[in-house]
Amino acid sequence: MSLNIIVLAKQVPDTRNVGKDAMKEDGTINRAALPAIFNPEDLNALEQALRLKDANPGSTVTLLTMGLPRAAEIIREAIYRGADGGIVLTDRVLGGADTLATSYSLAQAVKKFGNYDIILGGRQAIDGDTAQVGPQIAEKLGIPQITYAEEIIDLKDGYVTVKRRLENGVETVKSPLPCVVTVNGSAAECRPRNAMRVQKYKYAASAGEAARLSDERKALLEKRPYLNIPEWGAAFVEADPTQIGMPGSPTKVKAIENVVFTAKDARQLDGAADAEVEELVKELIANHTIG
Amino acid sequence: MANFYTDNPDLKHHLTHPMMEKIVALKERNYTDAEKFDYAPLDYADAQDSYDKVLEIVGEICGDIIAPNAEAVDHEGPKVENGRVTYATPTQQNLDACRKAGLMGMAMPRRLGGLNFPITPYIMAADIVSRADCGFENLWGLQDCAETIYEFADEDQKQRYIPRVCQGETMSMDLTEPDAGSDLQSVMLKATEQPDGTFRLNGVKRFITNGDADIHLVLARSESGTTDGRGLSMFIYDKRNGGVDVRRIENKMGIKGSPTCELTYKNAKAELVGSRRMGLIKYVMALMNGARLGIAAQSVGVSELAYREALSYARDRKQFGRPIIEFPAVFEMLATMKAKLDASRSLLYECARYVDLYKIYDDIAKERTLTPEERKEAKHYSRLADALTPLAKGMGSEYCNQNAYDCIQIHGGSGFMKDYACERLYRDARITSIYEGTTQLQVVAAIRYVTTGAYLNLIRTYEATEVRAELQPLKERLIAMTDKYAKAVETVVAADNKEYADMMARRLVEMAADIIMGYLLLLDAQRNESFTRSAEVYANFIEAEVTKHSEFIAAFKPAEVELYKAAE
Repeated sequence: MSLNIIVLAKQVPDTRNVGKDAMKEDGTINRAALPAIFNPEDLNALEQALRLKDANPGSTVTLLTMGLPRAAEIIREAIYRGADGGIVLTDRVLGGADTLATSYSLAQAVKKFGNYDIILGGRQAIDGDTAQVGPQIAEKLGIPQITYAEEIIDLKDGYVTVKRRLENGVETVKSPLPCVVTVNGSAAECRPRNAMRVQKYKYAASAGEAARLSDERKALLEKRPYLNIPEWGAAFVEADPTQIGMPGSPTKVKAIENVVFTAKDARQLDGAADAEVEELVKELIANHTIG
Repeated sequence: MANFYTDNPDLKHHLTHPMMEKIVALKERNYTDAEKFDYAPLDYADAQDSYDKVLEIVGEICGDIIAPNAEAVDHEGPKVENGRVTYATPTQQNLDACRKAGLMGMAMPRRLGGLNFPITPYIMAADIVSRADCGFENLWGLQDCAETIYEFADEDQKQRYIPRVCQGETMSMDLTEPDAGSDLQSVMLKATEQPDGTFRLNGVKRFITNGDADIHLVLARSESGTTDGRGLSMFIYDKRNGGVDVRRIENKMGIKGSPTCELTYKNAKAELVGSRRMGLIKYVMALMNGARLGIAAQSVGVSELAYREALSYARDRKQFGRPIIEFPAVFEMLATMKAKLDASRSLLYECARYVDLYKIYDDIAKERTLTPEERKEAKHYSRLADALTPLAKGMGSEYCNQNAYDCIQIHGGSGFMKDYACERLYRDARITSIYEGTTQLQVVAAIRYVTTGAYLNLIRTYEATEVRAELQPLKERLIAMTDKYAKAVETVVAADNKEYADMMARRLVEMAADIIMGYLLLLDAQRNESFTRSAEVYANFIEAEVTKHSEFIAAFKPAEVELYKAAE
């Protein structure tokens, strides 16, 4: 059975390698100082999608991302690893969106895409850490959702069986298709970029990127249509202007502050008796240092 | 999140050597493949960009998967059961990553499913993989054998086997037998021709790396009644046909992840490659040269790891209130390690470029007649490649062992424990100066280029290259060393005594290699200032080495050879 698989992905600042200049004076993220990367858990989702494709020949994996035109970088990255193509949902009016407006915009894009069997995405993005967008998209599309997925065990006869990784164990659930599955970082790592695909697709570009290319490279895009990464705008996905971007975002940031942890006092426990260690652990749990 | 390619700028320096432009243009037939294959380069810059991007993949897999797996591979090792080998679980992960990344059959032409990489970037990948896990390089690097199929098998065999290698099937070269190690002329495995033109193999092979491979190249005796190399032919054995079992795997000192097998052939169906009787004298020689270049790359990769491990420990470890890297005894060791590493790497890529040039001309010669000019060039590069391969393998592997030794020394007592990587790499390094021909056999292969003057001529061409004023004193010193070398060669040749000359051979070959590497580092420094330190440190090191050898030869009388013979 061939499937149409959509993978939701986001280009994010690499918050795992934060340097001194990661925050600006005003407490906002200094994006220029952080390299833009493929959101890690979206790569886990991509791997699950590619496994479905391996098991179901003829399937297609399409990446859908919302962001600046340069978000096409992660579409190329996904294609290098085996995805068939991708769409950049990009438009000035989509900017400044919170999770509600983002999920609405992406849901509109999914509707425009039309025929899909399953939507996969990372559990959450490392810049916002909300884990809300995937579930909200499922709600807006009116389809079931499975969160914290670690492995797609099986997909057949219109149902998908998924192993979920929860705080205190694992749970295996089954859902009718289509549905949204958000994938945990504990799932299998994404496969590497493929040498042949990198050479074939390295010049793929979105329209926004193409505009800045040399005539020679533009000619190549013309000659090889598969190198063109589609860009969709708000009007194209028939988005209601009041539900997107700033106007569609009820979340208002009041303030962001830079919290620096400092050690205030130190206490030394004498002896190494089990009782004292137990007391220490209890205290650390009580003040939320651990646990 | 480590990347073993991007964290080492020396690699890009060698990848972008000026000679690469010619190599790539020839390899890509002036970029005409771009019309036929959507992943072929459009021009030189595009090709370089592709090598860069693919090596980045290699570097990432090595940094994130293969290197972190190396310790577990060393502990778990492969197993043999019912005649079949199972790799250690992390080895399977490594192979899986390399297959998915499409890093098998890198140097094979596109029409057979390969990436059509020149040897130079392919060897660079081998260099990177070896730094991650020396033993894994063997499994991955045996894709080299596809080169022999490509060069000597018929079109039908190429079509049937090479795409399988590009898809990730592994290979082995079955040469060694219990009584035929360094002396392959004694190979006894029997090949009997069948009425349908196929052969049946019967006998035993020993010390076969990855002996349970999918596709084997086998050296066997097809001419009954013969006893020397002229009775041997080359065969392909396909595991799908069955008939070869693994009797046991060796329990080795190092490269434990790479299964070294004893094989039994029981009426195993095989097909002839090329012409009968040419197995050893032509095909194995070519196969060996490729494999030796692979071991040279492996040696450089392990040397790199040894240097990095030693450097990082010397920076961290404090004694007498200071990091030990601040003590002259330690920083001298480290600087010398780096100089040896850089020297052997420069020689590796110099050699790889010559191999590239002559092999590409050989390949073009299958499509059209070469012009007299091209034929002359091809011959020239082929000679240089033959002359430099034993030096790159011989000296590279010796330096690799020396660096592994010093790496442990810098770790002190901790290096003797199993807690640090240096212990593993020390064991892994040890084989590099033994397999694919011991250092002593590399000397045998190299000595003719000492006596014919080939090395001296090459040194003179380096000497003729202009260098910056501040590098001139270094060059003067190299010229003085060359004079000592030339004089030592004269002394040995003049004696006209074979046994004496054989005994002096290693010294002469080392002198030639020292000076060649000295010049290569000088030329590296000319192109990239970051090599100046290594060029100078290395010159100090070899100046003493060359002097030592020249004085030994000057003082040694041929009659003294008797003194060294085994006492009754």
